Amino acid sequence: MLSTLFAVADWVSPAVDYHAIAPEIIVAAGICVVLLADLFIADRSKWLLSTVAGFTLLGAFIPVLTLALSDEGPRSLFDGRYVIDDFSIVMKGLFLLSAYVIVLLSTTHIEEGDYYQGEYWVLMLSSILGMLMMTSSRDLVSIFVALEFLSIPAYMLAAWRKRDAKSNEAGVKYFLLGVFASAVMLYGMSLLYGVANSTLLSGLAAEISGELTAIRVLAVVFVVVGFAFKVSAVPFHTWAPDTYEGAPTPVTAFLSVASKAAGFVALVTVLYVAVPGASDVWQPLIWVLAALTMTVGNVMALRQTNIVRMLAYSSIAQGGFILMPLAVAAEGNSSAAVLRSVVTYLIVYAATNLGMFGIILAVSRKTRSGEVASFGGLFSYAPGIGALATIFLASLAGIPPLGGWIGKFSAFQAVLEAGTTWGYVLAVIGAVNSVIAFGYYGNVMREMWMRPVPNGDTSPIATPAPLKLALGITGIATLALGILPGVALHFGDIAVFTSAFGG
Amino acid sequence: MLVNQFLILAAVLFCIGVYGVIARRNAVMVLMSIELILNSVNINFLAFALRNGSIDGHVFALYIIAVAAAEVGVGLALVLLVYRNRKSIALDELSEMKG
Repeated sequence: MLSTLFAVADWVSPAVDYHAIAPEIIVAAGICVVLLADLFIADRSKWLLSTVAGFTLLGAFIPVLTLALSDEGPRSLFDGRYVIDDFSIVMKGLFLLSAYVIVLLSTTHIEEGDYYQGEYWVLMLSSILGMLMMTSSRDLVSIFVALEFLSIPAYMLAAWRKRDAKSNEAGVKYFLLGVFASAVMLYGMSLLYGVANSTLLSGLAAEISGELTAIRVLAVVFVVVGFAFKVSAVPFHTWAPDTYEGAPTPVTAFLSVASKAAGFVALVTVLYVAVPGASDVWQPLIWVLAALTMTVGNVMALRQTNIVRMLAYSSIAQGGFILMPLAVAAEGNSSAAVLRSVVTYLIVYAATNLGMFGIILAVSRKTRSGEVASFGGLFSYAPGIGALATIFLASLAGIPPLGGWIGKFSAFQAVLEAGTTWGYVLAVIGAVNSVIAFGYYGNVMREMWMRPVPNGDTSPIATPAPLKLALGITGIATLALGILPGVALHFGDIAVFTSAFGG
Repeated sequence: MLVNQFLILAAVLFCIGVYGVIARRNAVMVLMSIELILNSVNINFLAFALRNGSIDGHVFALYIIAVAAAEVGVGLALVLLVYRNRKSIALDELSEMKG
């Protein structure tokens, strides 16, 4: 035993490309700064912490830009276990920018909430760090560690209102189902390792192909099911509505955008890099998940009266649209178009959904209510917020020329271009669902435009500056992505893996 | 070496764990069932690592043990939080929100 330990003593550390991991290093440093500063700052100046968190995220965005502009090509660290390629750079940029918007959304809400502020920012930044790591992980171990790193702080954020029974319930349900899902996923990973004798994703790809034995099928199914919990795909969605409703609203925005996008990043990485050879197993599985997710999410959203809960089901349904093209990812030459549509949809969805949560935060500051009816007559007394809310709702519904339609368009295009019968059937299910979705998005619009103001209270809404900035950023992004569809599609086009099939 | 017995043991543990998560109503028992699943995964990794003669499985098992400890820490804290507010940790009574 000792001899093996001594044999390790002449181990040399591998060369580390510090430029490549600079975003992660900056966020990690920011976590330490916030954690320490929280100890020494007086209560009345705790607002500084949100500023530090915001600047940390913007600071981490600088190396993402320099990495994107450098001509060096994909950078591979630790024998290809941690890769910074175009896909990971685009997704890192998306995570950092949406996290910055979430910081803007949270600032006032957290300050007025009468709870500890320092911990909130530390947990949020930790979760973001996990997401940044997830985009680059190309090994089962690092995917698992990144997934837990982004999930565990999120469990605590969901239960952040310690004395609120709803927030407790949100945290416990999210935690139990999330941990159960990662345990099931780990069982699948152990089987993958068993048959391939490697934890490196590209090493798995060589072994998981050709004639599929029962153990290979089981392994792939377990891993996909584990990720299906993370992206709240039906029938593994039961935690999502309760957690989204019970958690503080900025945390809900965080979970429904960043956390969900991270789940899709993990799913796409595993499907494209590790198990493309098992597409006979996962394509039908994803097909069923996508069809169920779209339909159940939309039908349940129709009967909600609480707007946060309605958006929870709407975000489940939107997840179905992101899953939809993955069901034909391995047909013919469609892999590149499918990846493009997933990335495009994630970008557009992040801008639009964050904006809608900003609207809810702004309106509930005045009405103190989460009911759809509290939006009554919004346009008559707050035309600016009413117009923005209309833009976000129309974009979520996929009406041109707003951002949402280019996401839906590229998803349908990818499914139809695959040219399989099952692809056409799925596209029809998707089309029916986008019509159903008009029902509940239109219902909120009708409240805002046509209904009277509840209680006749037409005092204006006081929107604090950070919330205004967040609404401005997301509003402009939603409009610009729709009017200039090339922008989102361009990012979708360049976001390719270095060692995936067809890419 | 006979890997099969270890894999069967792991599969049985996995099934007991899944049954526990689905059937148990006590939050602490559900947490313990999840630990059973994680341990079945560890057994799988170690058995495969010995059969394949590679170190990766051992490393993965160490990571799982470490992360599981963090998870249980958070999980017990959440259960304690619920107990303080409701004086009960029965999961079927956690139903503030419906629909």
